[in-house]
Amino acid sequence: MAVLVLIECADNQVKKSSLEAASYASQVATALSTSVMGVAIGNISPDALAPLGQQGISKVFYNNEERVKNFVPAAYTKVIAQAVEAAGAQVVILSNSSIGAAVGARLAVRLNASLATNVVTLPDLAGSAFKVRRGVFSGKAFADVNLTADLKIIAIQKNAFEITEQEGTAEVTALPISFSETDVTGTPTETIRATGKILLTEADKVVSGGRGMRGPENWHLIEDLANALGAATACSKPVADVGWRPHHEHVGQTGITISPNLYIACGISGAIQHLAGVNSSKVIVVINKDPEAPFFKAADYGIVGDVAEVLPKLTEAAKALNQ
Amino acid sequence: MKILVCISNVPDTTTKITFTPDNKQFNTAGVQFVINPYDEYALTRAIELKEAQGGSVTVINVGEADADANIRKALAIGADDAIRVNAKPTDALFVAQQIAHYAQAENYDLILMGKESVDYNGFQVHGMVAEILGLPAITPAIKLEVAGNTATLEREIEGGKEIINIALPLIASCQQPMSEPRIPNMRGIMTARTKPLKVVEPITAQAGTVYESYSLPEKKSGVKMIDPANAGDLIRLLRNEAKVL
Repeated sequence: MAVLVLIECADNQVKKSSLEAASYASQVATALSTSVMGVAIGNISPDALAPLGQQGISKVFYNNEERVKNFVPAAYTKVIAQAVEAAGAQVVILSNSSIGAAVGARLAVRLNASLATNVVTLPDLAGSAFKVRRGVFSGKAFADVNLTADLKIIAIQKNAFEITEQEGTAEVTALPISFSETDVTGTPTETIRATGKILLTEADKVVSGGRGMRGPENWHLIEDLANALGAATACSKPVADVGWRPHHEHVGQTGITISPNLYIACGISGAIQHLAGVNSSKVIVVINKDPEAPFFKAADYGIVGDVAEVLPKLTEAAKALNQ
Repeated sequence: MKILVCISNVPDTTTKITFTPDNKQFNTAGVQFVINPYDEYALTRAIELKEAQGGSVTVINVGEADADANIRKALAIGADDAIRVNAKPTDALFVAQQIAHYAQAENYDLILMGKESVDYNGFQVHGMVAEILGLPAITPAIKLEVAGNTATLEREIEGGKEIINIALPLIASCQQPMSEPRIPNMRGIMTARTKPLKVVEPITAQAGTVYESYSLPEKKSGVKMIDPANAGDLIRLLRNEAKVL
């Protein structure tokens, strides 16, 4: 018996979201009086995995073969399924990422497991239950879900759990797999990444703009503040729809759901669809020239004013803070 | 090209979510239901591909009779025929088994759906159907082109995208900018009335999860307003009071 956590890797580094998942897995393992093991897949060297002991992981299985350097759902599923067996895992922890969620569904079918995605609490183990709370209705509500199968798979929301640290070094063991052609069907031929930018989905601070920015020519106001704060940038749906910003920056009910520590909304009125995508942010700041904007009701801090005047002042204050 | 599009019947995105007094069920009173917006991107792309290259578009829904209005809407937008598996969609695994069972015998070239539904946000059904049928699933896809027997897709990843060239058949889950949803025109609405909507009974299938109760996020305790003339104070408050900087 053990808790197994998927360790996602890129450029020979463990992703921040996987450190969160490992810390979460350790807490689950403690509650179940068992150990936590990891399975790392992708472009990673064994040396980079031993420090996972600091998140409480006793042993990491890894597979860094050429065929899984890029993400392929079926191949990843095969590696994780084998690690579940090797670890004797009863619980599998994933991050609710483009990788975790995609393999979670396949694993659930392959291993007859119960799967809950978008999870925001540790499991409630009272009685014989294994209950977790997950975000539903696009962030407008939560549901408490009981996982009934013997094997339970949980994909946790990003930024919902702290990374914990302790003393320790993980044992690292290769997990060789023989992949078939079907396993690697759909391997990407090319990966395009925006460089030098903070990832919106992983950011703990986000500065976001709406139609109140009045046009793409004013977007430097958002970017300047984001740079000064070390934040990612985002936008509302209308802004993506008119093409001021690309769709992948659109946060809200039909875009990306985010849960940063700080969300600063500039010139966004706060339609219910937008709130749904951001209301699990810990602190919300709203800047809008309309004092009646509904977003103020969901905010912790508010400024009634023109973004063109307010944002440069914030940027200046943020820069002063850094000095 | 033979395409299956899976659609879910969900509360309109402007819905204020409430639950029954015991918090055990979503309160549907007065709620307007729509085709899941992500599924609409899938549906529109399917229709575009059919218009350009020929073939057929079938929509499938796992749901009860109240979904029929939105299934008709999908037919009005341009799908050729529809299947409704007559069952309450209890969880993703249950729904996936129903869809996979139907799709198994039909040999679709493409099975498209939204990346998630805006009610349960599982992001699961596409992967589960793919696993059951032994097909590749590209999720979430933001672009899909088909030439002959090969598809080229763009898959969104954190901070970028992947380009994938792959042979049909396959499953793709869709999100923007996949396609621009269409509003049904009068001719579409008229012809939709006579297009086939077949209701089939579900197969026996096990759900993997039990939804026990619901809750709403805690309300904010109130907004602290800052004078725009001293906007810089906000930054100091974020550091010293909120402790997020």
